[in-house]
Amino acid sequence: MQNTGLSVKNLSVFYGEKEAVKSVSLEFSPRQVTALIGPSGCGKSTFLRSLNRMNDTIGGVKTTGEIWIDGHNINDSGVDVVLLRQQIGMVWQRPNPFHKSIYENIAFGPRYHGIRSKRELDGIVEDCLRRAALWEETKDRLHKSALALSGGQQQRLCIARSIAVKPKIILMDEPASALDPVSTAKIEELISELKKEYCIIIVTHNMHQAARVSDRTAFFYMGKLIETGETDQIFTNPVEKSTDDYISGRFG
Amino acid sequence: MDQWAVKQDGNKPNLIRKPSKQHIREEWVGRVYTALCILFLIVTIIAIVYFVASRGLSTFIKNGVSIGDLLTGLKWAPEGEPALFGALPFIFGSFSTSLLAALIAAPLGCCAAIFMTQIMPGAGRRYMQPVIELLAGIPSVVYGFVGLSVIVPMLRNIFPGQGIGLAAGALVLSVMILPTITTIATDALAALPSGLKEGSFALGATRWQTIYRIVLPTTLPALLTGVVLGMSRAFGEALAVQMVIGNAPHIPRSLFESTSTLTSVITLSMGNTITGSAHNNALWSLALILLAMTFIFVFIVRFLERRNKR
Repeated sequence: MQNTGLSVKNLSVFYGEKEAVKSVSLEFSPRQVTALIGPSGCGKSTFLRSLNRMNDTIGGVKTTGEIWIDGHNINDSGVDVVLLRQQIGMVWQRPNPFHKSIYENIAFGPRYHGIRSKRELDGIVEDCLRRAALWEETKDRLHKSALALSGGQQQRLCIARSIAVKPKIILMDEPASALDPVSTAKIEELISELKKEYCIIIVTHNMHQAARVSDRTAFFYMGKLIETGETDQIFTNPVEKSTDDYISGRFG
Repeated sequence: MDQWAVKQDGNKPNLIRKPSKQHIREEWVGRVYTALCILFLIVTIIAIVYFVASRGLSTFIKNGVSIGDLLTGLKWAPEGEPALFGALPFIFGSFSTSLLAALIAAPLGCCAAIFMTQIMPGAGRRYMQPVIELLAGIPSVVYGFVGLSVIVPMLRNIFPGQGIGLAAGALVLSVMILPTITTIATDALAALPSGLKEGSFALGATRWQTIYRIVLPTTLPALLTGVVLGMSRAFGEALAVQMVIGNAPHIPRSLFESTSTLTSVITLSMGNTITGSAHNNALWSLALILLAMTFIFVFIVRFLERRNKR
C-alpha cells in the first residue's frame, strides 16, 4: 500500500517560445486513477512527461512551477532524475520492450537499482509478470525474445517492467491506443487492479476508456487545465461548456 | 492484360478492358529499359569474375603450381630459378593490416557515433558528421603521402626500425576507414527507436547505463556491418598502403617491419610482367583471392543485416 500522491502547482512548460502547458495546478491522490483528456495538442502529454522530467531528454524545453512528491519538489535542481524516475514509472502509447528476453526486460530495472541475486530477481520477474496478468502466457518462454510477443502482451510486459522498480506512481500515455479491443480490455482490467497499490495517471483519447477506468478526470484545452473533478461528475454534469462540448463530441 | 486487347471486339465500346496504346508503350519502354540496365550489370559482373578466375586459375592449370603451395608458401620469387609462388606473406599482410586498422578504427568510429547521436545530437549530426564524411572523399594517394611524411617519421622516432611497415600501413588504413565505420554507426544509432531509450530512462537508468545496456546491444549488428564494410575497404586499398608498408615479400617479425599486401604486390608488379607468363598469372591468382575475400565480406554483411532485421 502506497500513500504517495502528486501535487502540481502552477506548472508551465515551454517549447522554445511556445507555452505548451499553461500554469496548471492539479492534485493526484494515491490509489486512484486520474485520466487526462483533451484534443490533440492540448498539452496533456507534455504535462504527463514533465511529471517524471522526461522532457529533460529533449532539448529546448523549459519547465517552471512545482511538482511535489513526498515533500520534495521534482523540479528542484538538487533532485536526482534517476532516483525520481525510479519512483515514477512510465508506459508509452507504443509498446517499447527492449530487444532482450522477457526475463531480461523485467530484470533490467531492478539490476540497476542494485539487486544482483538470481533468486531475488527470479522472484521479482514472476511477481511482476503475475501482477501484469502475463505469467501464465509467458512462464514457459521467459528466456525467449520479448519481441515475439503480441502487441498487447508487449504492452503488459512494459507495465510489468515499470512496476519492477517499485514505483509509487505510474504514468501512462495512451497505453491502449495501439491495441485491439481484447488487448485494450486486458490493459484496462490491469489498470483497475494496479490502482489498489499505485497512483496512476493516464492520458487517453478514448472517452469511454476514461469513463471506465478513472476515478478522476482532468480536461485540458489549449495548454490550460479547464476542469477537473470526479469522473462521474465530469462526464454527466460538467461545469464548463467546452468540457461538455468535448466529451459529447462536438469538437476535438 | 495484353490478351484482352487482342480478344477485344472492335465494335463494342469497352472502356475498362482495353488498355490504351500509350499505357502499353510506356509500360514496355520502362520494362525493357530497366531490364537492359540490370542485364548490363549482371553481364559485367560475370565477365569480371570469369576473367579474373580464368587468368587466376591458369596458374594452377597451366603453370602447374599447386593451390596449397600458393596459399601456404612463404617464398615469393616469380622470376627465380625455379620460380616460387608462395603468397602467404601477402595474404598475411592484407589480413593483418585490415584487421589492425579495424581494431583501431572501430572503437574510435563507434564512440564518435555515440557522441554525435546520444550526447550532442543537434550539433553532432549537423556539423560533425559532414566533417567526418569529408574524410571519405580524400583521395587515397593523399592519405599515403601524409602517412609517408607524418606517420612513418613518427614511428621511426619512437620505435625501432625504418618506420615503414605493418604498423604504418594499419594506421593509414584506420584513418581511411574511419568515415565508413562512423557514418554507418551514426545512421544505425540515430535509427534506434526513441521509445527504447525513453523506456530505459523511465526505469531510472542513467545515460551511460542506457547506452551500454540498451543502445549498443540493440544496434550491435549494424555497428558490426560498418566495421566489416570498413575492413573490406581496407582489404582492397592498394595505393596508400603500398606507399607506407615497405613492400618486402615476407612475413614481418614485428609491427615495424616492412611487408606487403595482396593489393600492393599487384600494383607494384603488374606493369612489369608479360601477359600469359607464369608471373602474370600468379598476380591474377592474387586478384582472385582478393575477389573471393570481397565476396566473403559481402556475405558477412548480408548475414549481419538479416540478423539486424529480426
